Amino acid sequence: MKHLVEKFSKHVVIVNELGLHARSAARIAEIACGAQSDVWVIKDGEKVDAKSIIDMLTLACGKGTEIEIKIDKPSDIDILNRIADLIEDGFGE
Amino acid sequence: MSDTGEILLKGIGGSPGICIGKAYLVDKEGVDVVKKYAVSKADLKEEKNRFKSAVNKAKEELHSIIEETPEDFREHANILETHVVLLKDKMLYGRTIEKIEKEGINAEWALKKVVTSIKARFRSMSDDYFRERAEDIVHVSDRIMRNLVGAEQESIKDIDRRVILIAEDLSPADTCQIQLEKVMGVVTAYGGMTSHTGIIARTLEIPAVFGVDNATSIIQNDELMIVDGTTGELIIHPTEVTLVKYVKRRVEHELHRAAIARGSHLPAQTADGFTIQIMGNIELPEEVVSVRNYCGDGIGLYRTEFQYLSHPDFPSENELFDKYKDVVEVMAPKPVTIRTLDINGDKTPVRHAGTAEQNPAMGLRGIRYCLKKPDVFMTQLRAILRAAAFGNVRVMFPMISSYDEICEAKKMLDQAAESLEKDGLSFNRNIEVGIMIEVPSAVIMADVMAEEADFFSIGTNDLIQYSLAIDRGNKHVAHLYQPFHPAVMRMLKRISDVGKEKGVKVFMCGEMAGDPIQVPILLGFEIEELSMNPLSIPSVKRMVRAIRFEDARSFTKDVLRQTTAEGVMNLLRDAYGDILSDKVLNA
Repeated sequence: MKHLVEKFSKHVVIVNELGLHARSAARIAEIACGAQSDVWVIKDGEKVDAKSIIDMLTLACGKGTEIEIKIDKPSDIDILNRIADLIEDGFGE
Repeated sequence: MSDTGEILLKGIGGSPGICIGKAYLVDKEGVDVVKKYAVSKADLKEEKNRFKSAVNKAKEELHSIIEETPEDFREHANILETHVVLLKDKMLYGRTIEKIEKEGINAEWALKKVVTSIKARFRSMSDDYFRERAEDIVHVSDRIMRNLVGAEQESIKDIDRRVILIAEDLSPADTCQIQLEKVMGVVTAYGGMTSHTGIIARTLEIPAVFGVDNATSIIQNDELMIVDGTTGELIIHPTEVTLVKYVKRRVEHELHRAAIARGSHLPAQTADGFTIQIMGNIELPEEVVSVRNYCGDGIGLYRTEFQYLSHPDFPSENELFDKYKDVVEVMAPKPVTIRTLDINGDKTPVRHAGTAEQNPAMGLRGIRYCLKKPDVFMTQLRAILRAAAFGNVRVMFPMISSYDEICEAKKMLDQAAESLEKDGLSFNRNIEVGIMIEVPSAVIMADVMAEEADFFSIGTNDLIQYSLAIDRGNKHVAHLYQPFHPAVMRMLKRISDVGKEKGVKVFMCGEMAGDPIQVPILLGFEIEELSMNPLSIPSVKRMVRAIRFEDARSFTKDVLRQTTAEGVMNLLRDAYGDILSDKVLNA
């Protein structure tokens, strides 16, 4: 069971110059808000709501930070992938 | 915080007296106040809708700004688009609605609470960049707040009932806006005894307590509270028993005041027949009344900044003339010492501030400002010379730090007289011209300064601050602000000596002059006039009458041998402790 849950998360590294700032966080939140259940961003054990820009900003993720994106429901797998792609893509910046 | 339990807060007593009344909160960002009130269960839905429509309106506003933003400013539009998303952020939008619902409070208050907690989270972060992000959130919440408050926005100007003002800090400009007759008491989180607010509060006999750290977060609007400016205590929602106790204490305080005032009409003459002049410091023409009530010998310091700070633009010559003439006529034939404009420092005027200075206390202020703005200075000098035709006027230049400043200022005074002559207006140029001694360089150069000055007036607040490098408004170092510092004693000695040698009169108009405990020292240094907050006149007079001039003279010799402030204080206690313990002196 534990193994299954872990599948619903992805580790990504922030690659864009400015890090996870308001605008990039806004884009994550936009996608996350389409999820049926909760979507989380985790850094060093601290877990915040991916649907809230403000919450994500409090993680202070600069360039090079490794974060984990996690979903609660398997049906949101598409959301997870899109967020991970967006981050890995450096938010297209 | 239970409904029945009273809360006791401790601060610094800024102005003595007791008042009992309702709190009125003034926001840190300025003078706008966020209304705080409870919302009944039945009205909660409507309150939430009011919040939602304020958010929707903010969204529409942002969209129309984005549309109007030209392509070249795409970056800016991107920020605004982020703001649109932020408007509906769970942490902001969701939490506010939750707070309205759970705590049963109005939308403005709920929003403010939410934003304050978000700000706190960001402030604790290390990364500057992310800390700055809090600004976006503040922008967004301000926009919502504006829509919520709408036309009902309250301003300090519009207070319509007698209240106790609660503020983080009050700038002199804020203080100017207050209708003082509406204020029963003042409580601030910052500021010390000698701050501008403290001076005004004491002059107007408004009880005040400063340095109450959490004042604005603990105290709520309209809460009943007691302010004890003598002990520096605040009691929020006091019990019946406490109320009775304080009403009694208030009566006692008033009786005490009356007892002090009783001997005030007598001259300030020492037991061995030496007379000293006791003058009043004023800021508003209305304060002349209290100087007269306490039988002051004149005005030793008429601060002229008020007319500038309360004015949207620079005041005209006629406006100034009217005010000065009022004071001069009421006091005649007693002298009125008008200090020329001393803006900046801690009195930055809102509208003509130009750019903010890093270190205003050492910036463009006092005579430096006036010499840089000859038009402004000329207008004031003309008004002063015209008022001088109606009584006994002296003019005094502040912040003199070098000799050429006096020369230049006096040259302008002559020009003002010439221009008045040309205009055929009545005036009097034959007045005494003096300088404030408040910069250490002026003490050192006193013998040279004496060539151009008819009198010296020692401004102890700034002189001590500049000499000891202590910001008197900073509570971390305020305890190092020591009037008894041996360096201060030696400076007084030097000024006094130069005065005698050169035939220049020596006055004092700082806070030190109004403290009875200082009287033996000041008498001993033969300061001819002490000018003070009018309320201090009775107790200083009482002190003068209780001591002998010859004793004071020899006492200062011992004072000058001391190496620490504590040593001076001990000496005072030994020699004058009996007199100083007189209850009536400890107002």
